[in-house]
Amino acid sequence: MSHSNASAVGVPGDSRLDALNVRKPPSFWAKMPIVKDLRIAVGWQKGMLITGLTLTALFLLVAIFAPVIAPYGYAQMKDDAGVSFTPQQAPSAAHIWGTTVGGYDVFSRTVWGARTAVIAIIIAVVLSIFAGVLLGLVSGYFGGWVDRVLVVVADAIYSFPSLLLAILMAIMISGGQSGLWSGILASGISITVVYIPQYFRTIRAEVVRIKSSAYVESAKVVGASTWRILTKHLLKNSTRTLPVILTLNSSEAILTLAGLGFLGFGIEPTAAAEWGYDLNRSVTDVTAGIWWTAVFPGLAIVLIVLGITLVGESLNDLADPRLRARKSAGEVIGSIEDTSVDPSEQPSAANEVVAELKFAGKPQANVSLERPQDAQSTQGKEADHE
Amino acid sequence: MSNSTAVTSAGPSAGTPASARNAKGDGAASAAKPRRNRLSGGFFRFILTRFLLIIPTVFILVTIVFFVMRATGDPISAAMGGRLTPDELQRRIHAAGYDRPLIVQYLDYLGGLLRGDLGTTLTDNQPVISILVRYGAATFELAFLALIVALVIGIGLGRIAARHRDRAADAGIRVFAILCYATPVFFLGLMLKLIFAVWINVLPPSGRSDLASEMQFNRLVSPTGFYIIDALQLGNMTVLADVLRHAVLPALALGLLTAGVFIRLVRTNVISTYNSGYVEAARSRGVSEKRLLDKHAWRPALIPIITVMGMQIALMLAGAVLTETTFEWKGLGFMLSTYLKARDFVAVQGIVILIAIIVAVVNFIVDVVAALIDPRVRY
Repeated sequence: MSHSNASAVGVPGDSRLDALNVRKPPSFWAKMPIVKDLRIAVGWQKGMLITGLTLTALFLLVAIFAPVIAPYGYAQMKDDAGVSFTPQQAPSAAHIWGTTVGGYDVFSRTVWGARTAVIAIIIAVVLSIFAGVLLGLVSGYFGGWVDRVLVVVADAIYSFPSLLLAILMAIMISGGQSGLWSGILASGISITVVYIPQYFRTIRAEVVRIKSSAYVESAKVVGASTWRILTKHLLKNSTRTLPVILTLNSSEAILTLAGLGFLGFGIEPTAAAEWGYDLNRSVTDVTAGIWWTAVFPGLAIVLIVLGITLVGESLNDLADPRLRARKSAGEVIGSIEDTSVDPSEQPSAANEVVAELKFAGKPQANVSLERPQDAQSTQGKEADHE
Repeated sequence: MSNSTAVTSAGPSAGTPASARNAKGDGAASAAKPRRNRLSGGFFRFILTRFLLIIPTVFILVTIVFFVMRATGDPISAAMGGRLTPDELQRRIHAAGYDRPLIVQYLDYLGGLLRGDLGTTLTDNQPVISILVRYGAATFELAFLALIVALVIGIGLGRIAARHRDRAADAGIRVFAILCYATPVFFLGLMLKLIFAVWINVLPPSGRSDLASEMQFNRLVSPTGFYIIDALQLGNMTVLADVLRHAVLPALALGLLTAGVFIRLVRTNVISTYNSGYVEAARSRGVSEKRLLDKHAWRPALIPIITVMGMQIALMLAGAVLTETTFEWKGLGFMLSTYLKARDFVAVQGIVILIAIIVAVVNFIVDVVAALIDPRVRY
């Protein structure tokens, strides 16, 4: 912007304005939900997000490479020589996390369990987003009695304990017991039904809010088809809160899957490894002081849920300006010196706001930014909410 | 003091879905009218409307539960399909009326429900409603104790976190809250059992009381089923201590599950009232930070908590199913999982519907309490 053009005023010979991060559309990559959040997060909020992402990535890797990592199969009860594993064996070199009462290797089953959990989440989340978003869009846009009925039903389901609903669905879909794919599918669908109302409510609320806005009205006036309005105008603008709900729901999905397994409504041990089932079998072990059959699958659940929840919580905080830790005054304001009328003033790390705060004797929290053009130290989050 | 003027415009938050749902038409009506007597006619009309809303909710849930349970076939073949000859099976299906059209059975079931008849269990042949009478008290006792644990921990820690926002204490408490939420209640239960009942061996691992105490309860003329109350009735301190010792671990497991939610809720709400205009105004008048928290920011922050508490009861009842199974605590949840294992779907259906009704009634009570405290909620 060193030269003026039709849309902007510039100062010839001064290239500083070009370095400013204004009026440049962010790249597609920078707009991706998690990438965008990583860029705006600071301090411990960034720490939470990164911890969560690391844990989630770790479990994804374990799920993908389960056959490589696990020394035995999830239903393997004999070693290569054909000798059966001793049941309830304490951790040793051959079985680093011991064996279960059924004679399975705990480490292998915990590793394979990651795969079951990840597949179940993916099925549950994909299906419930698809159904929930579609219903929310249609219900919110068209209104009428369909809308009213759907809202009442969604509210009723929403207030119902989700685990009980999942049990009912598991009974309906699989009659209670099942193999690998039918079991995972049944669990996935059971969880789906529980979470559809949440997506439905969120999307519907957004659609009802957006549909009376001027740009939707004008789209109607210029003759856009209903389908185009639904997909181009409403869908794209109502998915703002989806990443947050999505992550929080996937962690709930794991808990529901484990709960189903714990009550004996999960997947048969010969069909797939499932942490909830393993915990169910370890209830009697614990009373006898056998800790390894419960601790490892349980910790696996805690860590994966912790990871996903940390991501979801951080996204939630970052989406809400009231909860977000402030990054910097500098980036929001741009470079203050550029607006100054004092010709002797040079752009420097500290702008006037910072100088003023320094004067007030406030402690400085200096946050350095990733992008070099913005590399100015700024008064950080501390002053924002004390 | 603070340069947080940017956030003051946010005002008291209606951030949680529950409060948003109840805050329809907030302010609009109440601001215009002059202040009326707290328990005016409008309030009773609100109670009546809210009470009548229970009916469609329960009706929808009963309908869903009924048709979902029947989608796989009749309960008799599910429970004893393998054990009976086909002829015998047919005869019993016919006798129980499961060969009639589904809609007739449904209307029949609804009719029974109105009379308080939820069917008879297949495995041990007792009316489902008697399960509520016999085991309901145990579940309520557990839920009540867990709620106390959750409130004490949740409100205490949530306040501290809000007070020290973005410092180490806040971060630590938030991680603790997420851990509470991330730990499945049965895993937490197993770990508590392992540590306190097996390794340290100071608390009993399972059950509601020792055999000796059970014998004492048999002497009671009118047992309530609430063991703590029964022990007080007996006036026997050994029994009371025994009952309380048995309750510690289950109540802690179930309470911590809910405490995580309360911590987050209290923290968010106190922070948002803390940032609101009237607190800022009080601060500029020189009110101390402690007094700001205790007198100004605290009370309004509690209203959404009461509403969400109602939603937590639903979560707690689901958690009770898992907690009771872990600790062999003989309540509704324990019976539900027992009947699930026996594939007695009449009993399962009955207990699930009972829980649905309990949840609906509890939500009603919570809404009324919320309306009593905050006149803006009424609509």
